[in-house]
This record gives sequence, C-alpha cells and structure tokens, in this order.
Amino acid sequence: MARTEQQSTERYGGRWFWRYASPAAFFPLAGRIERLCWAVAAVLGVLGLYLGLFRAPVDAQQGEVYRVIFIHVPAAWMAMIIYLAMAFWSLLGLWLGTRLSFMMSRALAPTGALMTLIALWTGAFWGRPTWGTYWVWDAKLTSFLILFFLYVGYIALAEAFDDVRKGDRASALIALVGAINVPIIYFAAVWWNSLHQGPSVVKQGGPSIAPIMLWAMLTMTFAFWAWCIAAAMHRVRSVIIERERNAVWMKPVVRGQAERERT
Amino acid sequence: MTVKQKRLALILGALAVIAAAVALVLTAFKQNLVFFFTPSQIAAKEAPVGRTFRLGGMVETGSIKRDGVNVSFRVTDTAQVVAVTYSGILPDLFREGKGVVAQGALGEDGVFRAKEVLAKHDENYMPPEAASAMEKAQKARDMAAKTLKQ
Repeated sequence: MARTEQQSTERYGGRWFWRYASPAAFFPLAGRIERLCWAVAAVLGVLGLYLGLFRAPVDAQQGEVYRVIFIHVPAAWMAMIIYLAMAFWSLLGLWLGTRLSFMMSRALAPTGALMTLIALWTGAFWGRPTWGTYWVWDAKLTSFLILFFLYVGYIALAEAFDDVRKGDRASALIALVGAINVPIIYFAAVWWNSLHQGPSVVKQGGPSIAPIMLWAMLTMTFAFWAWCIAAAMHRVRSVIIERERNAVWMKPVVRGQAERERT
Repeated sequence: MTVKQKRLALILGALAVIAAAVALVLTAFKQNLVFFFTPSQIAAKEAPVGRTFRLGGMVETGSIKRDGVNVSFRVTDTAQVVAVTYSGILPDLFREGKGVVAQGALGEDGVFRAKEVLAKHDENYMPPEAASAMEKAQKARDMAAKTLKQ
C-alpha cells in the first residue's frame, strides 16, 4: 500500500485529493470516516429525537402528528442529495474514467433508495391523519415516486452486466439523466398547485417553523447525513474489496480480515 | 481539446439538451399538471364541465353548515367563491380559513358536489401559544386599522 500511495503522490504532485482517487489509498480513509460518522450519527440521532419528541411543543394546527417531520424531512432531503451525489460521481467517472468514482456512485444507491422509501412511507402515514389520504397523484408525490424508481432502475441496470465496467457506464447515464428530476421534486409544490405544501425552511422571509422545531429537525438532518455517509463508506469498502480482491495491496487487508474472523 | 475535455463537453452537452427538452415538456404540460382548479379558474370556465376534477382553495370563514353527515361550505381564493356540498367524514384539519382540496364535479346549478374532501395544510409550524398570540396581534391590527379609518 505504501508503494501505491507514493506512486500516486509522485504522479499528481502530492495533491491529497488526487491521491485518494486511488482505491488503495482511499480504503483506510473510508474506514476512518465510517467510524467517525457512525459515532456522530448516534450522538446527533439521540439528541435530535430527544429535542423532537420531548422538547419541541405540539403544533397549533396538527397537534402531535406533525412530529413525523423529524424523520420525513431529513429522509426526503437525503434522498434528493444522495441522488445528486450519485450523479456527481457518475459524471466524474464518465469524464475522467476514475474507478473509485463509479464505486462511490454504486455505494450510494441503496442508501438513497432506502431514504426515498422512508420518506414515502412516513409521508403516507403523515398524510392520512392530516390530509385525509395516504396518497394522491400530485406533482410533488409523483415526482418523488419516480425518484424511487430511478434508484431501483440504477441498481438493476448496474447489476445487469457481467462486465462491471459496462454496468458502471450504463447506470451512470441513468444517474445523470435522472438528476433532472431532483429540482422538479424540490420546486413541484411551488411551480404547480399541489396538495403537498411548499418548503418551510428555505423560503423567502426566513423559515416558517418555530426555532425549537427547526433545531430538532436540523439536528436530525445532520444525524441522517452522518448515517448515510457511514453507510456509503461501509458499502464502498465492500465494493473495493470485491473489485480489487486480486490486487497486491489487498492481500494483507483480506488476510487481516480472515485472522480477525478466526479469533 | 484533449480526449477528456471532449468527453466532458459531450456529456454536459447531452445533459443540457435533455434538460432543455424536459423544461419544454413541463412548460407545455403546465396546464395539465395542475392538481386542482381554483375558484377563479372555474369562474373563467377553465375547469372541465360534467367531468370529475379537483377544486382547491380556502374554506370561507362562517360558511360551514352541517346537517348530520351532510356538509355544505364555500371555497374561496379571495377573488371568486364556489359552493360545495359533501356527505361523509371530513379530515381533522378541515377548518374555516384553511386550505382544502375537494374532488367531484360541478353541477348545472353551479354547486360543486364533492365525493372526497382533503385538507391542505400550510407550511407553518408553531406551538399553539404562538398561534394564538399571532391571532391576537392580527385582531389588534384590524382594530387599529378600523379605528384609524373612523
């Protein structure tokens, strides 16, 4: 591993971010980021749930049921942000041909799909008592359902090829083209009449949500960020092990894993 | 241009074309993408006649009349008003002065017969004390405006 890192340092003039484009150099860094983010997610998650469920007051209109917001909104934000991140890595992969970019993109997809599902599911259970229905085909909900299909389509297409690199390229196109859907979701309630209300936090005149509720929601959002990064780092390490299993630098890693399992 | 620059230009160019196409499609379908029609649109005869559609707006204050499960109320967008009749259970958030989306058809008499009524809540979240404080402040402002006029 030392050799690989040194080589890439020479090649890219020691710029650290280029060095970490090499799976060998990134593998241990991903492990450190993963451990840090699990810890941050646990701490912020507990704090956010405490603020949201015990400190934040009831809502004047909706009563207790609005507390779904502390899961629903962070999950929906992550679903959209992860898709943009996937598109970013796919673009980088197609443009520069860097192997790690495609691995990052693939590692993000299942987490993004999970976040989309959580947002859809909590949204349905929020809609029933407030709107009076689990589901309506309005612009915001429909475009969000399309986001879920895009994630599923991305994963299915990526796995459909025997040649890993073909799968990478084909699915990267879905990631890029589908990214157009993200701003549509975000502005759907602003552009068209819809049952779903418009944004509460990022809007003209400042957030229209009480400060303690906003703090609880932002804390939960950072907890979700940390959890998603940790999950993606864990998965990208799995992908690296799978794809680089025959590489020289991987031998001690795999052996170390085998030894840990034996004891 | 190097190979990498050409590749980037190709990808970004293709994406720009697709984005432009999507923007054109969405603009073209703008009229068909509406989830509901407002009372003003109905007054302007934009809503389909004799067919099911959704009506959206605010429940006019003081317009709700209940007779068992039969409810009648008026929906307003502050410019135009449409009378609605409905029989069934209303969602908890169905309130005067709040948003509503009703699905049904417009009768010959101009009354909208709703088969389903959904509440549309706004994007404001606040504790009840803050809400009543804001209401009081609003009332005080109204009173002040009235006094100034006299």
